[in-house]
Amino acid sequence: MPTLVSHPEEVKIVSSRFGKGATDIERYLELDGYQAARTAVEKGADWIIAEMKASGLRGRGGAGFPTGMKWSFVPKQSEKPKYVLVNGDESEPGTCKDHLILLHDPHTVIEGTIIAGLAIGAKMGFIYLRGEYRYLLTIMEKAIADAYAKGFLGKGIFGSQVDFDIISHTGAGAYEVGEESALMESLEGKRGIPRIKPPFPAVVGLYGGPTVINNAETIATVPHVLRMSGEAYAKIGSERNGGTRLFCLSGHVERPGVYELPMGYNLKKMIYEIGGGIRGGRQLKAVVPGGSSTPVLLPNEIDIGMDFDQVGKAGSMLGSGGVVVLDETVCMVEFALRTIKFYQHESCGWCIPCREGTDWLKKTLTRFHSGAGVAKDIDNIRYLAENMLGKTFCPLGDAAAMPTIAFVKKFRQEFEDHLNGKPCAYAKKPAQQPVLV
Amino acid sequence: MTTPASIETPTIFSSALAARFDKLVTLYPVRRSALIPMLLYAQDELGYITDAAIEEIAQRIGITPLEVRNVLSYYSLLRTKPVGKYHVQVCTNISCMLRGGNELFEHCKEHLGIGHKETTPDGVFSLEEVECIGACSWAPAVQVNYDFHDNLTADAVDAVLDQYRKQAGK
Repeated sequence: MPTLVSHPEEVKIVSSRFGKGATDIERYLELDGYQAARTAVEKGADWIIAEMKASGLRGRGGAGFPTGMKWSFVPKQSEKPKYVLVNGDESEPGTCKDHLILLHDPHTVIEGTIIAGLAIGAKMGFIYLRGEYRYLLTIMEKAIADAYAKGFLGKGIFGSQVDFDIISHTGAGAYEVGEESALMESLEGKRGIPRIKPPFPAVVGLYGGPTVINNAETIATVPHVLRMSGEAYAKIGSERNGGTRLFCLSGHVERPGVYELPMGYNLKKMIYEIGGGIRGGRQLKAVVPGGSSTPVLLPNEIDIGMDFDQVGKAGSMLGSGGVVVLDETVCMVEFALRTIKFYQHESCGWCIPCREGTDWLKKTLTRFHSGAGVAKDIDNIRYLAENMLGKTFCPLGDAAAMPTIAFVKKFRQEFEDHLNGKPCAYAKKPAQQPVLV
Repeated sequence: MTTPASIETPTIFSSALAARFDKLVTLYPVRRSALIPMLLYAQDELGYITDAAIEEIAQRIGITPLEVRNVLSYYSLLRTKPVGKYHVQVCTNISCMLRGGNELFEHCKEHLGIGHKETTPDGVFSLEEVECIGACSWAPAVQVNYDFHDNLTADAVDAVLDQYRKQAGK
C-alpha cells in the first residue's frame, strides 16, 4: 500500500478524503459525497460550465487546457451519442497521483464523470485505467456497482429524468494510450495509435461521437469545484491557474510523496521544505519538474511558482505534476539515456520521426555512455531531437525530444567528459547505491 | 473444465469467465471495445494468451484471429508465451533508478538466478525489467503479478520473494 504523507503547508481538496475509508459509498456520502452531482442535476449544464470556467481549473494530465472551455466546445446538438472519457492511463514516469485518487477516492471520479456528462449532455462515460492498476480497477468496479445500487447511475439518476451509465475499462500496458486519440482507439479495441487532428475529440471522438476526455485528477477535482464554487476554487491558486494540484515528489528528497499544494507554489520550497531537502545533505543537481517529458531545470532555475505559465516561462512545463529531484551523484548522460530508452520502448511506431528518432537517440546515447562516443555525437543527439519536434501526430515525439535537448544544452560539459573512452565519473561512487547495502 | 452455463458453443474458459465475456461484449456500443479487457482476463486465467484463446475471442467479437493478434502484439502486458507463477516486474525508470531500481533488478537476477524475461526451471518465478508502473513516490517499486511492493531494499525484496516461494509451496 503506498504511503500517505502530510505537510502543514498542504491544501487538501482532492486528497481530502485520502485515508478516510471513502471507497465505501456510505462513508463517501458522510464526507459530503455526491452532493455536487445532486446539485448539478438540478442546476443543469450552463451552470456547471460557468462554474468550471470561473474555477480556472486546467487539465491535470499535462497540457493544462482550461476544463470549462474544453467542455463548452462540445456541440449541444449531435446526431451521434456524446461520451465522457476519463483518462486513468497514468504512465508518465514520475507520476503516481491518479494511483492514490483511484485507491482512496474512486467515488469522486465517478461523481466527476457524472457532472461532466451532465455538462455536455452525454449519457455514457468510460473510466479507462492502465492495465497495471488492476487492483484499482477492482476497487472502481465495486464503487460503480454501489453507485448503481443507490440510483446515482443508470436510469433517472438521483430521481431525475436523466440517464447516465459508466463503464470501467482496463488497458493492457501502453504509455502511448495516455494520448487522447490513442486512448479512444484503444477503447475501440484497436492498437493505440493516434488519430489525425482535426477533427478534435469534442467534435468527432469515441465511436465518432463528440467526446470530452479528461485526466482522472481533473475529473476528481470537478465535484470539489462545484461544492466550494468555482470562484472560491480559483482563489486558492495563482493567476489563470485555479486551485491545487497533486505534486508527486520523487527521487533524491528526504520525504518523497504525493503532496497537494496550491498552484503556483514555489518549487524550491517544495523540494527543501515539503520534501525535506536533498537526501543525505547532498547537493541538488537538477529537477525534472513535471514528468520525464519536461525539460530539466538547474538549481538556479527552481525559484519559480509551480503553475503552467511560470514553469513555461522558465523554459519547461508543469506537465503531469511529477517532480523528480536529482542530487549530485547522478550521471546526466545515464539519466538522459534512461529517459530516451523509455520513449523508444513506448513509441507506437506510427510516425517515422518518433519511431526512428527515439531509436537513434537510444543507440547513440547507449554508445556514448559506454565510452565509445565521438565529439560530433553531442551535436548529433541534439540535432536528432530537434528534428523530431512538432513532426509527429501526437506529442510523444516532442516528449522524447524536449528533455533530450535540455540535457545536452544544460549539461554539455558532462557529455564532453564522457569522450575519448573516459570512464563515467559517476560510475564508481558508492553514493549511487544508497538504498542497497 | 466445467461446462459453460451461459453459452451454447464450447468454450476454453471457465464458466465464470465465459459468462463475464458474454456480458462484456454487450456492454459497449461496439463489441470490439471488449477486446483488450478480454485478452487480459483470458491471460489472467490461462497464464498467457493461447492460440485457442485467440480463436475464441475473435469469434466472440466477430473479427478475425489475425486482427486479434494485431492488437495484442501492441500491448506490453499481453503475452503469447507462459511466464512464471509469480511474474516479478522491476521498475528501473527514472524515479526508481534514482533510488536504486537498477541495483534492485540486478539483485533480483542474482536471487532468482534468471535474467530479463526468463523463468526459473521450477516455473515459480519469472523476471522482467519494466517501465514506470506509477509508484514513483514510493520508489523503488516492484510489481509481482498485479501486486505492488513499494520502498524496497535488497533485504525487503528477498522477504517478498520468499513469501511468494512459500505460497507456491517450494
